[in-house]
Amino acid sequence: MTMFEAILLTVATAATPLLIAALGELVVERSGVLNLGVEGMMVMGAVAGFAVAQTTGSAWLGMFAAILAGAAFSLLFGFLTLTLVTNQVATGLALTLLGLGASAMIGESFVGLPGVKMASLYIPGLSDLPYAGKFLFGQDPIFYISILLTIGVVWFLFKTRAGLTLRAVGDNHISAHALGVPVVRIRYLAVLFGGACAGLAGGQLSLVYVPQWVENMTAGRGWIALALVVFASWRPWRILAGAYLFGAVSIGQLHAQALGIGIPSQFMSSLPYLATIVVLVLISRNKRLTLMNTPASLGKPFVPDR
Amino acid sequence: MMRIEIVKRPQHSALFSALSPFIALFLTLIAGAILFAILGKNPIAALYSYFIEPLTEVWSVHELLVKAAPLILIAVGLSVCFLSNNWNIGAEGQLIAGGIAGSILPVMFPDFQGWYVLPIMLLLGMAGGMAYATIPALLKVRFSTNEILTSLMLVYVAQLFLDWLVRGAWRNPQGYNFPETVQFNSSAILPEIWSASGRAHWGFILALFAAVAVWFMLSRTLNGYEIKVLGRSARAGRFAGFSAGRLTFFAFLVSGALAGLAGIAEVSGAVGQLRTSISPGYGFTAIIVAFLGRLNPLGIVAAGLVLALSYLGGEAAQISLGISEKSARIFQGIILFFVLASDTLIYYRIRIVSRHSETALKGA
Repeated sequence: MTMFEAILLTVATAATPLLIAALGELVVERSGVLNLGVEGMMVMGAVAGFAVAQTTGSAWLGMFAAILAGAAFSLLFGFLTLTLVTNQVATGLALTLLGLGASAMIGESFVGLPGVKMASLYIPGLSDLPYAGKFLFGQDPIFYISILLTIGVVWFLFKTRAGLTLRAVGDNHISAHALGVPVVRIRYLAVLFGGACAGLAGGQLSLVYVPQWVENMTAGRGWIALALVVFASWRPWRILAGAYLFGAVSIGQLHAQALGIGIPSQFMSSLPYLATIVVLVLISRNKRLTLMNTPASLGKPFVPDR
Repeated sequence: MMRIEIVKRPQHSALFSALSPFIALFLTLIAGAILFAILGKNPIAALYSYFIEPLTEVWSVHELLVKAAPLILIAVGLSVCFLSNNWNIGAEGQLIAGGIAGSILPVMFPDFQGWYVLPIMLLLGMAGGMAYATIPALLKVRFSTNEILTSLMLVYVAQLFLDWLVRGAWRNPQGYNFPETVQFNSSAILPEIWSASGRAHWGFILALFAAVAVWFMLSRTLNGYEIKVLGRSARAGRFAGFSAGRLTFFAFLVSGALAGLAGIAEVSGAVGQLRTSISPGYGFTAIIVAFLGRLNPLGIVAAGLVLALSYLGGEAAQISLGISEKSARIFQGIILFFVLASDTLIYYRIRIVSRHSETALKGA
């Protein structure tokens, strides 16, 4: 295996949770809902996945639990913002704060325990191909799921009637409601999907990326996923590109630290966060582009009149 | 089948406006009791050690004020932000920036002593918090970059910078390699209010001053009126000739200054040196304080004491009942949920509709 391929593999592992969580949030935001609780749902997924896998010994059961935990947690957000019409920004923050607190408590007894790592794919012959064999045929299952998910979200949003309806709800919920579209129900489903994706992304962290539980192990990835949605101007393919860009930045800084190029490690570690800010500035300074792509009803409360 | 339906009130309810924080606290207590019961603890005993025990001893009331001081300072500043629709959620980073800037004197010039050291430190702390809060404000006004994401990213950057500082340039050379700066000399320590009885320092008094000052500004001055108008409707504010950009700067500067003050007050009053972590997430808990206080600085004083109590209660419950002190963070998160849910009652009437009555209604 060449050095280049080894780096490519770690970049993919670092990019996958960002990609999955951002895809989920993309669907949520396309339906007109802003859920700032990605970090909270993700960390709940991470702790649930680790706990179940550690107890049962099965990484797949753990991953399933991670998805369920993220989805269940998102319902809390859905009930408040969609049924009780609370402020979406504040409620999303509440979800993140609760998730970080609850996961710290649930995970307390799992700190330091050995985790269960999800096995990578191995196809005799194909996985051993030079250069790209391991990248294409020898990665963990979640990598393949993330790619399929990207294709699935593109197909759903732009090729199906349901996707069109979801986008209509996000762009103008009053017109959609007038046409008889069940706005609130569609948004519930979108929020649930976003939660499941964030949970899966969290499970990837604690079952593939670093098979152990550390408090706050998401380390802002949920927020970076939110930034990726803006960066991608709400387009799924651009999320794929953005996630790999961020994966490359975070792996690049790790390698630079290992090489010991004389820059303090803390400065290198802050690069992904600084890169997020720079990228957001570059994207948002083009106001026309942002305005054109932002779902018009994003974050606005909706109370159906009967 | 049952369904929850909400109907907008013609006018917002003054009754629920006053009651909603209490409803939220009551519901939090019930949720807490259920949580403790699930954990196999006696709910009454757990709630007692959480919310009553810390108030039964003088030293522990002092600790309450130590923890309430940064929460109130930060939340008062955040109320200006949230009322004007500026979502500064990076107060934790601004707190750290203030703590670092305020520590320049005692760490780099320890021989510089006198009564004037402390005022300079506090001013530098405020300046540090302000400078750090200017970044998201500038990016929002100049490039319309989302301030939620930028202010939050800057928290991580500030934490890493502090970590580097106390492990590297500012590490105490006589400190056995611990990641800490030198102990501040006595003229750089924020004094205790009544040192005979406990640790509470002047940070709490500063917090009360800040609360009253911002309350006055919000309720009695044109500036406060401007904040509320622009916060409710940017369009209406523009017609009135108010500038949203200027207000964004103002809100971020005020909240940055107060978070920075909280940081240096914590470092100088409660800790006495800089360490790798100087706050157990006060900047984030203050968001909860701001909402529980209904974005009113005087309400925030009460809310700050409640949330400070939750920190102490967590420690007390760990000692007396063996419940993890991390349960405090669950309490804090739940409070915010119930506050937001109870606020719905102010603007909406909630009805539980069953399919049955709906069809009956249609028949009529």
